[in-house]
Amino acid sequence: MAEAAPNTIQVDIVSAEGEIFSGPAKMVFAPASQGEIGIAPRHAPLLSMLKAGEVRVQTPDGEEQFFFVGGGAIEVQPRHVTVLADTALRAKDIDEAAALAAKQRAEEALRDKTDQITQAEALAELARAAAQLKVLERLRKLRR
Amino acid sequence: MPGTKEIRSKIASVKSTQKITKAMQMVATSKMRRAQERMRLARPYAEKIRNVIGHLNYANPDYRHPFLVTREPKSIGIIVISTDRGLAGGLNANVFKQTLTLVREWEAKGAKVSLCLIGSKGLAFFRRLNLPILANVTGLGDRPHVNDLIGTVKVMLDAYREGKIDRLFMVHAQFVNTMTQKPSVEQLLPVESVDTSGLQEHWDYIYEPDARDILDGLLMRYIESQVYRGAVENVASEMAARMVAMKAATDNAGKLINELQLIYNKARQAAITKELAEIVGGAAAV
Repeated sequence: MAEAAPNTIQVDIVSAEGEIFSGPAKMVFAPASQGEIGIAPRHAPLLSMLKAGEVRVQTPDGEEQFFFVGGGAIEVQPRHVTVLADTALRAKDIDEAAALAAKQRAEEALRDKTDQITQAEALAELARAAAQLKVLERLRKLRR
Repeated sequence: MPGTKEIRSKIASVKSTQKITKAMQMVATSKMRRAQERMRLARPYAEKIRNVIGHLNYANPDYRHPFLVTREPKSIGIIVISTDRGLAGGLNANVFKQTLTLVREWEAKGAKVSLCLIGSKGLAFFRRLNLPILANVTGLGDRPHVNDLIGTVKVMLDAYREGKIDRLFMVHAQFVNTMTQKPSVEQLLPVESVDTSGLQEHWDYIYEPDARDILDGLLMRYIESQVYRGAVENVASEMAARMVAMKAATDNAGKLINELQLIYNKARQAAITKELAEIVGGAAAV
């Protein structure tokens, strides 16, 4: 982590799938769950959830960069801001629907099972496959 | 000795198979590199979240989130990550074997086991067992997304919250290097690897809205990111295993072609000799 120059704050925006932004800033604005917050260098340590919205980063040369976040969390330290961004729009009912879909898929998959075998049989099948592999290995050695 | 025509068509067929395995090998190689890159990209998020959770846990000793409390394990849940497609050597078989070992281990302790399956190979294997499957998702493809995993993970987290399961494990293929992928078992819940060292001096965050909600949201995201990392690592392992398997197949096809070519040459030579002998014999008769 590079030490930020005076009067700037190091900003890292990361999501589970990758890094979105990393660099120094004069000021950062984020859509916290209780309303938009602006963070200047030497801000008190703060931890907050984020709503869906945009994170604005003012870079030291006066430019402004915008990043859309679907929600997430923000961690603020005096010289460092980390935005943990969600890659998707998160809402309780959306999550609920996704969970329901996952359950239904599992139930459907179980319903059309035609051949039910026991765990012992599954193990036997694995052992058989392993034995076959071993035989193949030996055959290959013999052929050389 | 079989006819030369049959051998020729056999050689052609092996050659076309070899072309396919060669192509699959090269595709798997490039996909493996990309999956490794995604593994690397997922790391900072998980590390950061883990730090913050560690801090929250340290700063709020009076509040114990259910995800951090160890309970008597009466029943457990296992998330099994497998591939959607085959032709990847023994990758899936190893993961399933590891899972069955885990299942038997806990059943011996008297715990009930429920499963959550990611990937269609796992579904095909485990649905023949008499174990409850709480959730499943297939068809994640070569680029899994966190979105596709949220629902599946939530089912397991809810089951944990409601006390239906007391432990949550994840089994997936760990990417050691291109040649080695080994099945690994990780405990997701209760979260045990929370690092509180290096937090000696006491200072605290300002929390908005409050520490519990933040901890709840972060823990959920942490588990999701762990499962996401598992899925990505599994893709990298799948591609590496396929690459090695297809390289072996290509080499074997090459050997087969050489052998067939030898047989073909002999058969051809034999036919010529026979023809010559017939001509000479015919001429002598005249």
